[in-house]
Amino acid sequence: MKNYIKYITAVTLGVALVSCEPEFDKSVEDGDYYSSGEADFSNYVALGNSLTAGFADNALYIQGQQNSYPNILAQQFKLVGGGEFTQPLMSDNIGGLLLNGEQITNTKLILDVGASGSPAPTNIQGTPSTEITNTLSGSFNNMGVPGAKSYELLAPGYGNAAGLQAEPKTANPYFVRFRSSAETTVLKDAVAQNPTFFSLWIGNNDVLGYATSGGVGVNQTGNLDPKTYNRNDITDPNVFANFYSQEVEALTASASGGVLINIPDVAATPFFTRIPFDPITPAALGDRITQLNQTYAQLNQAFAFIGVPERSIQFSTTGPSAVVIQDESLTDISEQLTQVLMAGGLPQTQATIYGMQYGQARQATENDLILLTSQSAIGTVNTERVQELVGLGVPQELAGQLSINGVSYPMEDQHVLIPAEQEEIATVTATYNATIEAIATSKGLAFVDANTLLNNVANGGVMYDGGIITSEFATGGAFSLDGIHLTPRGYAVIANKIIEEVNETYNATVPKVNVGTYRGDPAIGSGVME
Amino acid sequence: MKKSLLFAVIALFSASIYAGGYRVSTQGQRALAMGHSGVAVVNSAELAFFNPAGLVYLENKLNVSAGVTGVISNVRWQNTQTGNFAETENNLSTPFYVYASYKVTDWFTVGLSAYTPYGSSVEYPTDWAGSHLINDIDLQAIYIQPLVSLKVSEYFSVGGGPIFVTGGVNFNRNINRTLTNEEGNRGNVEIDASNVTNMGWSASFMFNPTEQLRIGMNYRSEIILEAEDGDATFSNIPNSPLAPVENGTVAFDASLPLPAEFTVGLSYEFCDKWLFAFDYNRTMWGVYNSLDINFAPEGIPDSVNPRNYKNSSTYRFGIQYEALEDLTLRLGYYFDESPVRSGYFAPETPRNDSHGYTGGFSYQITPSIAVDASFVYLRFEEVQESYDYYQENGQNVSFGGTYKSNAFLPGLGVTVKL
Repeated sequence: MKNYIKYITAVTLGVALVSCEPEFDKSVEDGDYYSSGEADFSNYVALGNSLTAGFADNALYIQGQQNSYPNILAQQFKLVGGGEFTQPLMSDNIGGLLLNGEQITNTKLILDVGASGSPAPTNIQGTPSTEITNTLSGSFNNMGVPGAKSYELLAPGYGNAAGLQAEPKTANPYFVRFRSSAETTVLKDAVAQNPTFFSLWIGNNDVLGYATSGGVGVNQTGNLDPKTYNRNDITDPNVFANFYSQEVEALTASASGGVLINIPDVAATPFFTRIPFDPITPAALGDRITQLNQTYAQLNQAFAFIGVPERSIQFSTTGPSAVVIQDESLTDISEQLTQVLMAGGLPQTQATIYGMQYGQARQATENDLILLTSQSAIGTVNTERVQELVGLGVPQELAGQLSINGVSYPMEDQHVLIPAEQEEIATVTATYNATIEAIATSKGLAFVDANTLLNNVANGGVMYDGGIITSEFATGGAFSLDGIHLTPRGYAVIANKIIEEVNETYNATVPKVNVGTYRGDPAIGSGVME
Repeated sequence: MKKSLLFAVIALFSASIYAGGYRVSTQGQRALAMGHSGVAVVNSAELAFFNPAGLVYLENKLNVSAGVTGVISNVRWQNTQTGNFAETENNLSTPFYVYASYKVTDWFTVGLSAYTPYGSSVEYPTDWAGSHLINDIDLQAIYIQPLVSLKVSEYFSVGGGPIFVTGGVNFNRNINRTLTNEEGNRGNVEIDASNVTNMGWSASFMFNPTEQLRIGMNYRSEIILEAEDGDATFSNIPNSPLAPVENGTVAFDASLPLPAEFTVGLSYEFCDKWLFAFDYNRTMWGVYNSLDINFAPEGIPDSVNPRNYKNSSTYRFGIQYEALEDLTLRLGYYFDESPVRSGYFAPETPRNDSHGYTGGFSYQITPSIAVDASFVYLRFEEVQESYDYYQENGQNVSFGGTYKSNAFLPGLGVTVKL
């Protein structure tokens, strides 16, 4: 018996040792530090588009999703009573989608050193494994649907795969993957989860499609029927306000609170700022520069004669020159130009072609934004144009000379955002943002001014413990290789701003993350999986 | 005896600690029970470590002491700004010692010892917030030392001998704070070096001015463990010429100092059955300036990790009471000053000043065999500290937070006198 007691004592002592771990006076883990204030984070649902989904490098992939701002937030919310946060994770880390086995979107961009020896964004090698018709079961806290516009969150059938074949498409491949039923809406699936807290960041695509297509779409301001819109159109601000308020209304029904995030300035992204307006160097033009300038001298005389000397085109022999662009906001002087050139002694065919080609042409200025995706087109021969000219009877060689994008052939509308288009975008964005802020105020919701935040990143940058985050393409740390979507570090900056505003609105003390621990460098690799 | 055994068995299921830096002071259960004081205590073959000069004063012809200690240490870390927290895995490390002395003549004793004064075993959760500094480390060094002890007179003796060290280290950390491969796994480097050998020495004296009072001094030399051609294995590196390194194993050179230690102290017998002991240690940690890992390939930048340790002191107090003929009880305390300067608090050795509370006993089973048990509770104050010398893009990036550590060291040994 005595021995028995000894054993008990020894075992108890041993167990006490194991359990005798050091305890903090105040423990983060035990919730001694932070408070959720008046908010209830137990079931946080995030609604939005690609930015909410964690889209980056022109694709959705697991690592990007894990670094989505809602997931970053959810990890911090866990310190103040937040629950599990589920995301419709992709099947792999290379991105890209399959529809019935056919690849329908590209894999992610990585920085790769090609044959040229200089690093350039390249689609990672490999075949996507995410088949969108394998619909995921269960509900997901992250309801970010890449590509979604404000009104599409309320569109029935947006997750119906059949709608992917319609023209224009009525469904979204990302939503097809995780919708609860073919005819549900994104909003319905979000509300069905009875969120106790929500975030809403929607409306970006209502202007972005127009912007990234160089303004080839239609500004639908005044048209109240979104069913008639195309992908690249600008959504009418009233339509936006109408759908946006319905969404907020539905989400606030069950939630203790939420946060609304406004629309950043698309012009503050490297997609529009990376390519300079004057990328043409004397070296790139080489011997052609003299002949080009001689030809343009003839045109310039005609421009002056017609009374538009500001349209003069000339390439510098010593420094960079602006690209030649097509500005559809200019008065079309094709016919006058043809006449004047003929009067100057140019044969009719040639004068007509010049007249057509340069009737709305000018050299770009610092106020024009060349699209990131247009970089590869600049200075290359536009083969379509060559065909056209040859068809008009122009000799092959001359046709080739007249078809160099941005040099002899004005860059087409889809490559450039001219000031008039930028203004449309800015006006509409400002209107949307006024709506968002007004609704936030009236509903007592937290409001995040992502527009100002990303403008700060673009103008001077924001500091973090390892340096400074800027909008510089690939090296700035904020934007991923597609120039529009953010890096994990960029998303962490957004998450911290959201935390700041949520804390303010709900008297909460959710801690911020250290953005330095999130990747800001471009993803690298060669795509060879090991 | 049974209790103590059970104790040790249970300890195996639990988890490490080092007295300042990566020094592990567990070189004798009898001394450890008295705050690890023993430079002036003539008691058992433990003198082989604490003061070889004293060996010659041992009464028996042959003395053997051996033991092992289970070091169970825990480190918690949290950062209240970000809400990140982590806790080390419960690793158990088991420093040991074996000492033997043989009295050749009345004035001359020889000895042989093997002990593990340096070591470290810390394991954080993989990819934790400080994983760019360390995921885990396992450092071991075994000292083997032949000894001589010479009695100059009843009052004075000298001792010492050469030290042969064999050691090894395994250290794992992530490449930096953010790099991942195409699959999203964090880029990692593991360095491994084993059977690294070197030599050193120790020398000591003992002075007995009265029957009751002894004074001792011991000096153990610095030994630099120089790992040459160790293996550094890079993994989870994206397959790109833009990556800082390539996946695979390369050679590296690195050196780790096992600093010199100077000890001076006294013991005093009183009231027949009582003994008081005091030791003062000065450990020359100043030698640990920087942990530099030089990778063999030219293209891989060397890893330079400033440590900037300072020499540190430990104050040890112990008391012994012969309660029964076959039972001796011991108690002790020590204050261990950390060699780590503020701002250099790296999570691989998260050590601030500590207080050690010790106790133990010896039970004489037969006239020649005794069992020695000791227990140490090592307590650290909660400390707000950081390591400020990690470099990212040529800029120092601080990693810090609140650390709280403790350690339990149950130990068991045996003393044989023939």
